[in-house]
Amino acid sequence: MAHYLDFEKPLAEIEGKAEELRAMARQNEEMDVEKEAENLDLKAQEILVDLYKNLTPWRKCQIARHPERPHCKDYIKALFSEFVPLAGDRNFADDQAVIGGLARFGDKPVVVIGHEKGSDTKSRIERNFGMARPEGYRKAIRLMDLADKFGLPVITLVDTPGAYPGKGAEERGQSEAIARSTEKCLQIGVPLISVIIGEGGSGGAVAFATANKVAMLEHSVYSVISPEGCASILWKDAEKMREAAEALRLTADDLYSLGISDQIISEPVGGAHRDPEQAIDAVKSAIASMLSSLKSKKPKDLISERRKKFLKLGEKGLAA
Amino acid sequence: MPISPRDRFANLFDGGIFVEIDVPKPIIDPLQFKDQKKYPERMKSAQKTTGEAEAMLLAEGEMGRTPVVIAAQDFSFMGGSMGMYVGNAIIRAAERAVELKRPLILFSAAGGARMQEGILSLMQMPRTTVAIQMLKEAKLPYVVVLTHPTTGGVTASYAMLGDIHIAEPNALICFAGPRVIEQTIREKLPEGFQRAEYLLDHGMLDRVTSRLEMRDELITIIRILSNSSPQIKGDLPSPKQET
Repeated sequence: MAHYLDFEKPLAEIEGKAEELRAMARQNEEMDVEKEAENLDLKAQEILVDLYKNLTPWRKCQIARHPERPHCKDYIKALFSEFVPLAGDRNFADDQAVIGGLARFGDKPVVVIGHEKGSDTKSRIERNFGMARPEGYRKAIRLMDLADKFGLPVITLVDTPGAYPGKGAEERGQSEAIARSTEKCLQIGVPLISVIIGEGGSGGAVAFATANKVAMLEHSVYSVISPEGCASILWKDAEKMREAAEALRLTADDLYSLGISDQIISEPVGGAHRDPEQAIDAVKSAIASMLSSLKSKKPKDLISERRKKFLKLGEKGLAA
Repeated sequence: MPISPRDRFANLFDGGIFVEIDVPKPIIDPLQFKDQKKYPERMKSAQKTTGEAEAMLLAEGEMGRTPVVIAAQDFSFMGGSMGMYVGNAIIRAAERAVELKRPLILFSAAGGARMQEGILSLMQMPRTTVAIQMLKEAKLPYVVVLTHPTTGGVTASYAMLGDIHIAEPNALICFAGPRVIEQTIREKLPEGFQRAEYLLDHGMLDRVTSRLEMRDELITIIRILSNSSPQIKGDLPSPKQET
């Protein structure tokens, strides 16, 4: 059964009815329901288009977190060939919340790194819901060093609620690991491109997304704090997440206007989870065009352009 | 006990003499942030209570006759939070240190990023990291003094990228605050968790130093790192009278 978000309730009802009719017809061959069911399909499509036309920031957060949204693993499987996963930070552990390794994008050798949230209860727990510990950032640092040494472009896929707030993570230097990963992003002399595929959660996202080019999927979000966290601090009420999501300006459109994201990747109607193949295809062409725009740049220019891009941010704001 | 950046400067610089460094002003309220109180109003009331323009103060001067640039974050100004202004301040401090070929000493104190600047506050993590790289490339010492409290995006960027990390005793230093962790793991945290001494034990700091000894220690470290002669303790002999 499909997973519906709370605001998709009208859609769930119609799609449910159509499904019910068809199920009934399967039991009873004399029933002809196809026409009626098709009418319901059309109605459902209308509702879907309508619901997704003007999404509030909070609804975008919900879509960005949709459990059936394609995750890092799905993108890696579809976009790259010869993927060789590489494990470990050579220090303490292998963090399953971060996937990384060698791969080919087309025939081009690259290094790919991303947060993986998992797709069922078991894998979500293994992946710690995409919340990395210091080992995850240190693995990323190691892979970026490897890419830099062998002149391979780095592609990062960002999808994390944030860095893991745990006891061990703090003891082993979560802050230092994030700071060093961001620093590494700014040091490597190879193209670094980043796609926010779902949630860009705070420092945990910055550590991978301090890139030459940043693209955001249409319904992805990128924020300094979760709307719930912001609401509980500023409104003293976590239930005010809708207002907080509004105020934080975390949508792809807003980040594009601020110059933080360079490109918005369109999603299929109803979000990436309704047609993962189409979404993944759109990401593929975005990566191809970002890579080709950086292709002939010298290492020192890649570094200095990346730094300048970030120094310049904030020169213009957003209107209310 | 909290101490204002201005008092800190008065205690650190020789004879309490220092020159403030101007910080390029960012746009006010870049996102037109709306919560229960308007952001510009929160700013105004913080300016009124602290008498400062923003949450970081920069100064240049001499400490034990050692020329330095010092940046100090002001926790009493909206929790010391890091927005565009603090980002601009750190970039300016690094530029000034490079211009003058001086070490930068930074006193951190912040709850983290300034939520009212949303994603732009988050972007101060990479921006300040670029600033620290300027110092690194110029081979200038960058010493961080972590004071109570230093948390969130501040700890996860410039505060953890120092050549030397010194903390004031018992300062809370962390990425995620103890309350958030307790809610996540549903267990009580041990006594002293995330305090300076705990971080020292876990290898995240070089030293924990009391405020009384801080100035001398900073002078010693900086003079060694910049390959200068040992500091002269006590008063210098008075200049010879012309005859």
